[in-house]
Amino acid sequence: MTGNDYLQVALLLGVLALLVKPLGGYMAGVYEGRIAFLNRFAAPVENRIYRLCGVDPAEEMHWTRYALAMLSFNLLGMLAVYALQRVQAHLPLNPEAFPAVSPGSSFNTAVSYATNTNWQDYSGEATMSYLTQMAGLTVQNFVSAASGMAVLVAMIRGFARDAAATIGNFWVDMTRSTLYILLPLSLLLALVLVSQGVVQTFSAYRTVPLLQPLHYRAVRQSGAGQRITDAGDNPVTEKLVRKNQLIAVGPAASQVAIKQIGTNGGGFFNANSAHPFENPTPLSDFLEMIAIVLIPAALCYTFGSMVGDRRQGRAIFAAMAIMFVAMLVPVEHFEQAGNPLLAKTGVSQTANALQSGGNMEGKEVRFGVVNSALWATLTTTTSNGSVNSALDSFTPLAGMVPMGALQLGEVVFGGVGSGLYGMLVFAIIAVFVAGLMIGRTPEYLGKKIQAFEMKMAAVVILIPPFLILVGTAIAVMIPAGRVAAANPGPHGFSEILYAFSSAAANNGSAFAGLSSNTPFYNTALGLVMLFGRYWLMVPVLAIAGALVRKKKVPVSAGTMPTHTPLFVILLIGTIFIVGALAFFPVLALGPIAEYLKMVAVH
Amino acid sequence: MWSQIKTAFSMLAVFTVLTGLIYPALVTGLAQECFPRQANGSMIRRAGKVVGSGLIGQPFSDPKYFWGRPSATLPYPYNAANSGASNLGPSNPVLLSEVRARVQALRAADPEDRADVPVDLVTASGSGLDPDISPAAAFYQAARVARARHLKLSRVRRLIARHVTGRQFGILGEPRVNVLKLNLALDRMR
Repeated sequence: MTGNDYLQVALLLGVLALLVKPLGGYMAGVYEGRIAFLNRFAAPVENRIYRLCGVDPAEEMHWTRYALAMLSFNLLGMLAVYALQRVQAHLPLNPEAFPAVSPGSSFNTAVSYATNTNWQDYSGEATMSYLTQMAGLTVQNFVSAASGMAVLVAMIRGFARDAAATIGNFWVDMTRSTLYILLPLSLLLALVLVSQGVVQTFSAYRTVPLLQPLHYRAVRQSGAGQRITDAGDNPVTEKLVRKNQLIAVGPAASQVAIKQIGTNGGGFFNANSAHPFENPTPLSDFLEMIAIVLIPAALCYTFGSMVGDRRQGRAIFAAMAIMFVAMLVPVEHFEQAGNPLLAKTGVSQTANALQSGGNMEGKEVRFGVVNSALWATLTTTTSNGSVNSALDSFTPLAGMVPMGALQLGEVVFGGVGSGLYGMLVFAIIAVFVAGLMIGRTPEYLGKKIQAFEMKMAAVVILIPPFLILVGTAIAVMIPAGRVAAANPGPHGFSEILYAFSSAAANNGSAFAGLSSNTPFYNTALGLVMLFGRYWLMVPVLAIAGALVRKKKVPVSAGTMPTHTPLFVILLIGTIFIVGALAFFPVLALGPIAEYLKMVAVH
Repeated sequence: MWSQIKTAFSMLAVFTVLTGLIYPALVTGLAQECFPRQANGSMIRRAGKVVGSGLIGQPFSDPKYFWGRPSATLPYPYNAANSGASNLGPSNPVLLSEVRARVQALRAADPEDRADVPVDLVTASGSGLDPDISPAAAFYQAARVARARHLKLSRVRRLIARHVTGRQFGILGEPRVNVLKLNLALDRMR
């Protein structure tokens, strides 16, 4: 890395650190209903929504009712996105006259957006009408993020309240997350992004002339779109000329803003944040990276503030930050080192004042290696999943880190809400392990951790490895699973493993060579996304419901403090040991095998 | 249970209108008012006519033009209605053979130059639409372009230098050259 590379990374982390406290404090105020400005000016709008929908904002919910509200709302959201895709041909705001999306793909996409995954088996600019992008996908970008934040807040109340029965009101938590946090931030970011060149229009795609007409060969097709083949069954090609370029546009900025802020990650265009109309300049790239990690990081402060002990939030934030840097370093290093196989082809991969060098396959010049690697680490440690470079083309060990981040359960910052509630579950495991070592009943934040909480916590950390490993095993055993891989050898295996890791972690990024718009993958990944989201959210709410009933135990000499460096180390150790035990063997078959093969050839 | 579903349905309807219709419409209105050029694709105009987008690259293969990044879009390169990367893995033999072929094509167009080729000039971009190349990749092609256009090499190199966009605020991103803008400027040189 060059000096400027370090500067760019430091600037990002510095700006993030400055924003954590003000935003985190504001969010705590929002959930506790004590922001005076909002109470005076925005509360009338909020209350009107409640009246319109028959919600009593003062009603307090038991955890089962809270879970039911969340599940029914998410289920209806899925149905709406499915229906919109199926009938988009007959609805307005479809200037390119796209037909209905296939049932399998519609199912996959509906699940994908409702679960905050945003796995995309389609190409945005070639599939979705503007209306589907807005009223279907953008809406889920908001409310799936708000659902995650609501569940987190409910869990925090489980710790904060003393011998209570209820954990809050889902409708209120969801509405406030959207109205007071996600919407204002998105509006602001969307406008700044437009100023940088992100498109925002309802017009049809634009046609511009090519300065040099393009001559190319393409497979000849019959009128019905069938490939024409010769006697030997080889496709017949023909020479074609293009004098124009058709440029896809659309209402992109409004969706790109919330896709980053809500850790959603689904691109308006197929190339996602590598597309110049989603991410046109280094400044847009910087702001989008901040937006990806802003809320997950700031929620640590919200957590500390709401449980009445800021040091607890700081300890969690420290654990996340340390793990993040530890993951970033190898990605930057291996990508900057370049592809060893290109060393003897007469190509210069060395960084100097005139080029970033490194492994540039799948990367954009304006971002170079440093911002591509930084983005890849941010997007996979959070549950964002948007990409500004092609992860499939990363060198093996650099690509292994994002995959590993998914497999650790995305608790390093993680998704909005989901990252921190996942991390709190690991904290519960960590105090349990510590309790076993010193022979005391484990406590966290003054609440005794007992059999029921431990069972639920075990469910939360065991389900993702189960989904990923079993899913991958099935996929590589059947032809429909294997045939989708685009690259040969261990890398093809990595593509399949990555897909299941991404779906289970609700991330949505991909080793995108995998052709996943097939009945097998649409179904398998759709189910994995559903289980990866709700089989975790419900046990988390159950933990909250159990904890909220317990009386707070006063701190004594025998209490293990959970805000110390020792606890931070214990927490990091717990996460890495659980992750390494579950995934080292399978990583050895994919990225590690590919790396060793490349080094041997070299 | 039924009232729960009814609430969920009304909530979804309210948020669909708010975040799915009002919010994008508001952003569109403000964007078209404040930043109309950017909101509509940052089109470049010459003599009142649109000649391309400043953010979307175009394919070039003529020796008299600077060439951009290789593009993996289908079914033809720089298809701005179907963006995408090659997704070739680092150990895929196809990647190696494609890079070799691109190096050969560059060498064939300028046999005297034996310098190493800047890596961004022989690897496909992430979007398939990358409008930029590194300054190194532009200077690498200067001699070929100068010869094809019977221009002095120093003039072409000066033109490139004028078209280098530095890091934003001196820190962010990487220095780069917009290929379409550079080629448009070349066409106006006499």
